[in-house]
This record gives sequence, C-alpha cells and structure tokens, in this order.
Amino acid sequence: MSNPNPPTIEEARVGGGNVNPTENKLTDRLSHILADLGKNGIFIALIAVVVLFAILTDGILLRPQNISNLIVQNGYILVLAIGMVMVIIAGHIDLSVGSVAAFVGACSGVFAVSWGLPWWLAVILSLGIGALVGVWQGFWIAYVGIPAFIVTLAGMLIFRGLALVVLGNQNIGSFPAEYRALGNGFLTDVFGEFEVDPLTLGIGALAIVILIVQQVRTRRGRQKYGQEVEPMAWFITKLVLVSVAIGFFAYSLASYKGIPITLIILAVLVLVYGIVMNRTVFGRHIYAIGGNRHAAELSGIKTRRVDFWLFVNMGVLAALAGLIFTARLNLAGPKAGDGFELEAISAAFIGGAAVQGGVGTIGGAIIGGLIIGVLNNGMSIMGIGIEWQQAVKGLVLLLAVAFDVYNKRRSGGN
Amino acid sequence: MTTDILEMRGITKTFPGVKALANVNLSVARGEVHAICGENGAGKSTLMKVLSGVYPHGTYTGDIVFENETVEFKDLTDSEAKGIVIIHQELALSPYLSIAENIFLNNELKGRGGLIDWNKTNFEASKLLARVGLRENPTTRIMDIGVGKQQLVEIAKALSKEVKLLILDEPTAALNDEDSDHLLNLILHLKGQGITSIIISHKLNEIKKVADSVTVIRDGKTIETIAKTEVTEDRIIKDMVGRDLEHRYPDHTPHIGDELLRVEDWTAHHPQDTSRVVVDHVNLNVRAGEIVGIAGLMGAGRTEFAMSLFGQSYGSRISGRVFLRGKEIKTRTVAEAIEHGIAYATEDRKTYGLNLIEDIKRNISMASLKKLEKYGLVHDNEEYKVANEYRTSMNIKAPNVLVKTGKLSGGNQQKVVLSKWIYSDPEVLILDEPTRGIDVGAKYEIYSIINRLAAQGKGIIVISSELPELLGISDRVYALSEGRITGELPIADANPEAMLKLMTMEKPR
Repeated sequence: MSNPNPPTIEEARVGGGNVNPTENKLTDRLSHILADLGKNGIFIALIAVVVLFAILTDGILLRPQNISNLIVQNGYILVLAIGMVMVIIAGHIDLSVGSVAAFVGACSGVFAVSWGLPWWLAVILSLGIGALVGVWQGFWIAYVGIPAFIVTLAGMLIFRGLALVVLGNQNIGSFPAEYRALGNGFLTDVFGEFEVDPLTLGIGALAIVILIVQQVRTRRGRQKYGQEVEPMAWFITKLVLVSVAIGFFAYSLASYKGIPITLIILAVLVLVYGIVMNRTVFGRHIYAIGGNRHAAELSGIKTRRVDFWLFVNMGVLAALAGLIFTARLNLAGPKAGDGFELEAISAAFIGGAAVQGGVGTIGGAIIGGLIIGVLNNGMSIMGIGIEWQQAVKGLVLLLAVAFDVYNKRRSGGN
Repeated sequence: MTTDILEMRGITKTFPGVKALANVNLSVARGEVHAICGENGAGKSTLMKVLSGVYPHGTYTGDIVFENETVEFKDLTDSEAKGIVIIHQELALSPYLSIAENIFLNNELKGRGGLIDWNKTNFEASKLLARVGLRENPTTRIMDIGVGKQQLVEIAKALSKEVKLLILDEPTAALNDEDSDHLLNLILHLKGQGITSIIISHKLNEIKKVADSVTVIRDGKTIETIAKTEVTEDRIIKDMVGRDLEHRYPDHTPHIGDELLRVEDWTAHHPQDTSRVVVDHVNLNVRAGEIVGIAGLMGAGRTEFAMSLFGQSYGSRISGRVFLRGKEIKTRTVAEAIEHGIAYATEDRKTYGLNLIEDIKRNISMASLKKLEKYGLVHDNEEYKVANEYRTSMNIKAPNVLVKTGKLSGGNQQKVVLSKWIYSDPEVLILDEPTRGIDVGAKYEIYSIINRLAAQGKGIIVISSELPELLGISDRVYALSEGRITGELPIADANPEAMLKLMTMEKPR
C-alpha cells in the first residue's frame, strides 16, 4: 500500500522547507558548515596530517614522485580496507587477509613463474583461489555460525602455513612484465613523451568534470524531491576545494610517470564498491545486518547469504592485494602480507567504522588508509625509525576512534 | 518533623535545548505507595534519576529533602547509602551469575581475609528470597529464571541494602498478569513492613490497586497529586493527556469479507528442547477487514506461534498448513512469508524490529528494498519520498525522515515499525503487543491505524497481554493456553471473565 493521498512534489517542496526567507541565512549557513565539518572530520584529519608532514619534511611529501609513491606503496592496503570496512559494517572482522594475500601471492608465483602460464591466466586463477578461500571462511561463519574472529584467526594460521607449503621454503621471483605492471606500472606516454603527461592531465580534468556533473545532479534530484540541501555557496566552495585537490594530484602524477596502474584499479574499486554500498540492495542489507541482525532477519533479509558473499568478496580482494604486493616486489616470499590485516582494520576504524557494526563508509576507509600511508611515508622521509612509526600509528588509531566516540556522545547519541 | 519521607521542591533539569523538568514538586509520605503517572517523555524517569543521583547534585536546580535532611547525591552509591534504591525498567542483573551473586553484587559479604564468604552469601540470599516470596535456589543462574522472578530478585537485592524508599520504574511492563499480581502484592506487603515505594506505571488498574496517592506529570511539570479516595482512571488520563479522553478505543465498524488466512494444525517445538511442544495444533483464520485478537498468558505460546508462522523464525520441527485465500502457501523463510503478503510486527521493537542506529527512512524501506530497485540500484530519492509520506500519514513526530529511530519515543518507533510493514504491502498483519510501552495518546493513534488497515480490507491479528485492549479493538478473539487454542469467541460474547477462564484452561492429562 502506498499513501492514498501522496503529497505532490510541489507540496513536498514547501513542506521540506528549503526556502525560508524569515530564517537568519547567515546562522543557517554556518550551522550547515559546522555540521558538514563534523561529518567530514576524517577528511579534515587527512588534510591536517598532509599539511603537518609537508611542513615537517620541507615539502618533500608533496613532490610529484612522492605522491606517486604514496599511492603505489599503499595500494594493497587500500584494496584490503575496502573489503574490510564492508566486513566490519556487517559486524564481523577478518584477521586472515594478510595470510591470504601471501598465500595467493605464492600461488600466483607458481602459476606465472614455475608453470609459466600467461600472466592473465595466472591473475584469474589467483583471484579464483581468493574466492575459494572466501567460500571456505564464509561457509564456517555464515552457515556453521562460528564467530568471524575465530574463523579468520584460524585462517590467518592456515593460509600462512599453506603459503609456506606452496613456496617450498624458497622465494619465487622474476614475474613477467605485464604481471609486474599491477604493482609498478604506469599509464603514460600514450601520446608520446612530454614533460607533463597530457593523458594524466586529461583524465584528471575528466574526473573533475564528472564529479561536478554528478554532484549537481544529486543536488537537483534532492531538491526535486523536496529534500533539504546545503547552501549554494558552501556547495560551490566544497566543489572548488575538491577540484583543486584533484587538479594538484593529477598534475603531480603527470609530471612524474603518469597514472599508476594500481591507482586505476583502486579508482574502479572505490567507484564500484561505493555504489554497491550506497545504492544496491546488497549494500543496504549489509548496513541493516550490522545495525540490528535480528531486525534484519525478521525483515526478510537473508543474513547468512549476505555474510557468506561478504567473505567471498573479502577473499577476492585479499587475493588482489596479494597480487599487487607480489607484483610490486617482483617476488613471492613467505613474509608477504605480514600485518596487512592490522593496517586494513586500522584504516576502517580511523575512517569512522563502528566496532559494533552498522556504521562505516568505503570513502572513510580509503581516507583512513591514506592517513596511515601519509604517516608511514612522512615519518620514513624524516628518518624516524620503524619502532616509533609503530607507536605513533597505534596512538593515531586510538585517538581517531576516541574522537569519534566523543563526537557521537556530544551529538546526543547514547 | 513532617510525616513526609521525601520532598522534592522546585526541581528543574535542562538538557541542551530541552527543559525536561520545570519546577517539579513531589511529596511522598512515610510508608505509602506513591504512584507517578505520565506519558512517555513526560519526565518521570528524569525525575527519578535526579532523585537517585544518576544526575548528580549541581546538574539540576531545586532541593531534595529526604528524612528531614537536605541531600545532595553525587551518584547512585550515595543515594543507596541513604536507603533509596531504584529498580529500572531494564533489569540490571548479570545473566550468567547466580541469584545470590546478583543480590550481593558490589555489596559482597566478605569473610576472613577479605575473601567472599559464599556460604553466608547464599544463606543470606535465601532469607531475602523468602521475604519476596521467591522459591528458587540462590545458586540458580539468572538466565534460567523467568523475567517475573528476575524482578523479584531485583527487589531482594534492594532489600539487602536496607532500603527505605524503593523506586520501581514500570515494574510490570514485561510481566504477565499472574506475576504482576504477585509483584503488586509484594509491594503492599513491604509497605506493611514500613518500606515506602514509588511506582512509575502506565497501567491505571494497577495504580488503583496499590497506590495511596498518585502524582501526574505532564511535559515536565507536576499537574496534581491525587489521594487514593479520589483516584479515578478518567481523572488520571485527563491529567496525563491534558484533555478528556472519552473513548479509549476508536470507533470501528467492521466490514468483514472473505477468508484471507487460514492456519491448520500448526505445531512447533522448542528450538533447543525439541521434544517440548510449544505450539500445539493451532487452527485459526482471519477474514478480510477483520481484527482478530489472540489472548493468552505469558508463556502460552502467542509470540511463538506468530514467529514460527512467520518464516519459521522460532522453533523446531514445525508442521501444519497455511492457506491464503484458500490456496496453500509455504512460509519457510521470512522472505517467503513477506512475498505471500504476511507481515509480523514484533513485540520487542528495539531488539527485533528496528535498526536503531539508522534513520526513519531506511527502517521503513528495510523489508521492501526490492520495490525501490531500478536498474539494480536503490532509488534513494523515491525512498525519501515514500518515507516522508508515511511520516505524514502515520503522524510520526520527527522533523524529517533522516532522524535516527533510536532517538524517537516508543510510540513513534512503533509507528515506524508499522510503516515498514504497511509499505511491504501485506494482506495479513500480525501485530504482537502493538502498544507495549507506549503512552495513552499514542495508543489511541495506533488503534486508529489498525482500524484504518482493517477498513482497507487487510486481515489483522493482534496479540496482546492487556485484555481490555484486546476486547476493545478486536472483532473476534481466540484464547491460547499452553500452546493450544482453548476457545474462540465473537467480540459480543467475550468478557474478561470468560476469556480468563479460557486462557487458564489446562491440558487434559
């Protein structure tokens, strides 16, 4: 049934009250900006960290080569963070991703090097193995009902062990060039050699245009349905700021080697998974399950099926991360993926995911991952030892979550 | 020296943006049972939190005089030391600990060397249990006894602290009639031993039974205090809602059509103890436009029947047949049940009905996202529009549909749950305790919604512990006892006495 007398769009717009001349416009705008800042606290934290390290490293952080490195060095963590935040939103955790990455990396070494299969076949087979790992873990979690913490803790040991078995106590190395491109390649010099790569600049410009068109369309759609939107001035300011950031980023990449292949993979993943989480029934079900599993079940959501596919998805993404890492090192070794799970989990939590589930975003996890990346990179440039890097990262994780908790309490949550 | 044990004068408490209490006065005489009434959100619980030190001195203005002494509590421990104990609606017991351990939690009986003396603990606990009339071994775990008994354990715990003023926040909300009676009698018994009680309650009949005086609070203000002799339900309701409420149940002229749903020989067993029959060969039917009530005591199997029917959400070894418009259907999963046009709104909306950290919009669409799907994507603007329509038509009191449901009052939460199910476009709605924990005004609204749905030709099954409510809104009632249907009466023949007889009818052995 729907309402027998649905309000027309005109009525709804009046009811939505986005135009009210008697209200004080200035305070209205200010409150919007403040609310937005609160919502985007994580984004501001990233900017703060970037500015801080840009100063501390005398600008080395923002040099074209370093910006390019930042993406390439953190690509696999960001890939993992995407899958991890989805798992966390559903109220689970995955401790096995580092081991799975190592295991799949080792398998890919056998496929591409030992057996000499074509690189694309090796990649497909490796992703398939990741999916099988996900099927295995998903089965225990979703259909047997063993907590994900236990299943993936076991997985962490199982797949680390299997990685060693596959490697047979030696490193596998020297991958084909196409395979290596996953981690090291750049999309560049398609139109010949230039000081500043025109293709990269073009794609950057295209990204800005798409962003603006998409944002304007969303805003129009909301207005049409009588929803409240932010003030025009603030909307434009935000668009300009983001556009400038993208422009700077594209220019930096263009003046180094162009667009890293890893970045292309990442961009596609962020786009696809962003849509999945926000706009598809599957994504909505993940949030519903994380928010209240019982209520989701009693609303007809097939919670087991969702849990199962979440872990299959995590397995595939862990495999992809393993491939990128192996490609970057040009070596499948037993130590690969050590501690990846912790960085991915940290990224998700710094990015605003809730331990209890139900809350979190892909974008947040990516930014959380970037914050960790900038910390790693900045401190390395400054010559700070690994021991202090660890301690600082731990502290940042704690403070980020504490800030989030404090913010929620202040805004009147429980 | 006055006879008042407690006097709260001019209590004002503000939260950011809200004045929860405005100059509230409350006098409680020594040795009386004092009831506090008010709609949800009127400020009853806030007042009690001020009294018990949950909101420490300094966060409110006004004076509290307890036993002729101005008190300034910093926390709960402070107030308990003076003999004020509050028992919250949500019981504060640890399920895995024993009754005795719970009674002496944070008040442990220590023996030599500062170690806990378990013999003494259990002995003292059994003495306290005897005082509250609970026959249970003190070493039994809390999770193994029913909620009615747990309530008694809470009171025993209060007695262990040498309570002078006992505050009970909606103590019978989750209890069946029998347990409620026991609890109310216990309060009267304790009164005989000189313990003063404050009881917060929605249930007017129980207030009439135990209270010596009633204070009504509305919108954070005291309206009046009524002495026992002058208490009438109408007066209390008028004070609570600020207007005369002539009809507690809206008028309803049934237009009953053909049979919609028929259930035959429905049987379900306990999920763990699979040999125990919980729902025993239930046969019932609902016709279009009909409101059918299911009455039964706690544990009769009402919720169990509804949930086992709704996608086998409860129980094991379920058997029986379901017919929709004469055609047999299967309801093996919730999705299947919804697809066939069955909806079930749970009795426990916070645990089973709502995603409290999500907004109104996403809760309403939760069971029907497929309807909003277009090219594989959820049409979110359409979703907003739909949610807004329900906000208007169901009168959900919220500034917009982006408000988290956890921040709504019970009545408005229930309206969101109902919206969710109405939007799933059901033919038959099973409403389990649709007005539990909801204030009088909102109850009337819920009844009106139920009538509206019946008028649209839906079949409605209402499960309720409150017999007057069931008799007030149904067209026909079934009585359920020990998992069996023990009787079926048209509303004209259904009076409380007849119903209670059916509801307590035991199985022939």
